[in-house]
Amino acid sequence: MAILSPPAASTAEYAPPRPSRWATAWQFVVQNPLGAAGALVVFVMMFMAVFADFVTVYDPTRNNFGAMLEPPGAEYWLGTDQFGRDLYTRIVYGARTALLVGFVSAFVGATLGLVLGVASAYFGGRFDLVFQRIMDVLMAFPLVILALAVVSIFGTGTHNVILAITIPFIPRCARVVRSSALAVRETPFIDAARACGFSHTRIVLRHMVPNVMAPYIIMMTAAVGQAILIEASLSFLGLGVQEPVPAWGLMLRGGAQEYAESAPWVAIFPGIAISLAVFGFNLFGDALRDWLDPKLKA
Amino acid sequence: MYYYILKRVLLMIPTLFGAAVLVFCLMRLIPGDVCVLRLATGGGMDPQVLRNCRAEIGTDQPMLVQFLQFLKGLVIFDFGKSMWTGRPIIDEIGLRFQLSLQVAIMATLTAVLLAIPLGTISAVKQNTWIDYLVRAFSIAGVAVPSFWLGILIILGILITSKAWFGVAWMPPITYVPIWIDPLHNLSMLIWPALATGYRYSAVATRMTRSAMLEVLREDYVRTARAKGVFRKLIVRRHALRNALLPVITIIGIEFAFLMGGLVVTEQVFNLNGLGKLFVESISNHDYNMTQALVMLVVAIFAFTNLVVDICYAWLDPRIRYNR
Repeated sequence: MAILSPPAASTAEYAPPRPSRWATAWQFVVQNPLGAAGALVVFVMMFMAVFADFVTVYDPTRNNFGAMLEPPGAEYWLGTDQFGRDLYTRIVYGARTALLVGFVSAFVGATLGLVLGVASAYFGGRFDLVFQRIMDVLMAFPLVILALAVVSIFGTGTHNVILAITIPFIPRCARVVRSSALAVRETPFIDAARACGFSHTRIVLRHMVPNVMAPYIIMMTAAVGQAILIEASLSFLGLGVQEPVPAWGLMLRGGAQEYAESAPWVAIFPGIAISLAVFGFNLFGDALRDWLDPKLKA
Repeated sequence: MYYYILKRVLLMIPTLFGAAVLVFCLMRLIPGDVCVLRLATGGGMDPQVLRNCRAEIGTDQPMLVQFLQFLKGLVIFDFGKSMWTGRPIIDEIGLRFQLSLQVAIMATLTAVLLAIPLGTISAVKQNTWIDYLVRAFSIAGVAVPSFWLGILIILGILITSKAWFGVAWMPPITYVPIWIDPLHNLSMLIWPALATGYRYSAVATRMTRSAMLEVLREDYVRTARAKGVFRKLIVRRHALRNALLPVITIIGIEFAFLMGGLVVTEQVFNLNGLGKLFVESISNHDYNMTQALVMLVVAIFAFTNLVVDICYAWLDPRIRYNR
């Protein structure tokens, strides 16, 4: 009778220890200093948005006609606008609007694009053909024009601006995700899942979606910056967030052009805030792409 | 090749039809009426006058009839009259098309002249201070809103002209075609072209850099180097030509969007282009005008994509569209 040898140690014992989250984060910082700088900008922006009440002393919406167009100084760090409102306070509160619009529209747009793109790749055939033609039509529309039409239908205001920005994002994300999902569809584990008799919904959501997360995350981070830019553009045109809500694009609409010569700070600081925010998200998104792409890692 | 072009032109038809359906539905969903806006005088409105107005512009017709008339107009290139001004749409668009086309061409030229040399240098000098500088320049270009850059340019012109000449100078606001008065024309349009071109160049620079980095690692580049070919020649003839494919795609797409998407920049520089006409026609509920503009932009987009695809074959002889 053969003597059974003791069971081999499980593979987990031989696997290298998984680095802790802090170690992974530190590795990211060391390998992507620019990306880390972007992440810092995003973090500061989020901090400002959350703790706006604690890091400012003025009311962002209250007019003070005794302090109109005050230059930057000790009392008003970044000066005041034509209604005497503190620019620093409005920029800090404006981060809330920018982040709300940016995150919600990027998340919803990218997620819907993810599901539709994966479904289009999975089902293929006529569904894919028709779906791609619809995406073609939506993508041929300039982004700002489509957003403009949506705002005209539903009206202005933060929620409608989010809707207006979300719709144009869906086809852009769906197109990118579909190209990755087409490769995943051909892998043997999808055939195996089909052979096991799993439902289409299960295969799409449990087996395909997790395998196209990298382009999804990249599209989402890039979309946050773009959403902030479109929100600023729409607000600048008077079609986005409405007064007295503090929003960066709206601040440039007010007196920025009218008082450009006599009070340039009204035009300069909100623009710097927009650029820094988008800069931060883009840097972070780029680094994340490098981090998640195994080819670039190698 | 001819078969491919014909196939692509035929494939444009469903896209154009889809765009026609979308814009027709979107415009009808916008609450309000062009006649109410036209006749609004602050007081009450005579219902008979309102009915006459609707009958005159055809909005009292059933939706299907309106849509078929719109499609018929598309086929025979007759978009009718503007519901707001009453002038033929072709004339209204013609006035602005010249200006928008010129800004788009100038911005594209700015972008190409900046992006291709900068992207190439950045890739060749990867991970040096030149590369870092170019990358910062291009990432900043993507982040800076072009309308804010426009405001800063105007501010810069005002301050500089006042400091140098004692009088504040502003770019002219009346459009004069370049062949009539080139100086007047360029002094008006160079600023929006720079503001837009910088952003556009940033996108193209990033694309040129990443494409060049990929191509410079190819075997044939290594072989050329081993054969002792001059570095400049390798970059120019072997690498750049192959790296230009994705760059041309980006340039083509951006050019198409510039034709109708310069809404905010036109607002800043007070330009009477297609973007401004878009905003006005949507807010005035001018269905005919908005429909014509959208179809024009979508057609330009589809046509530019076709031209880009044909350029692929010219740049890369391996690409053939015979099958």
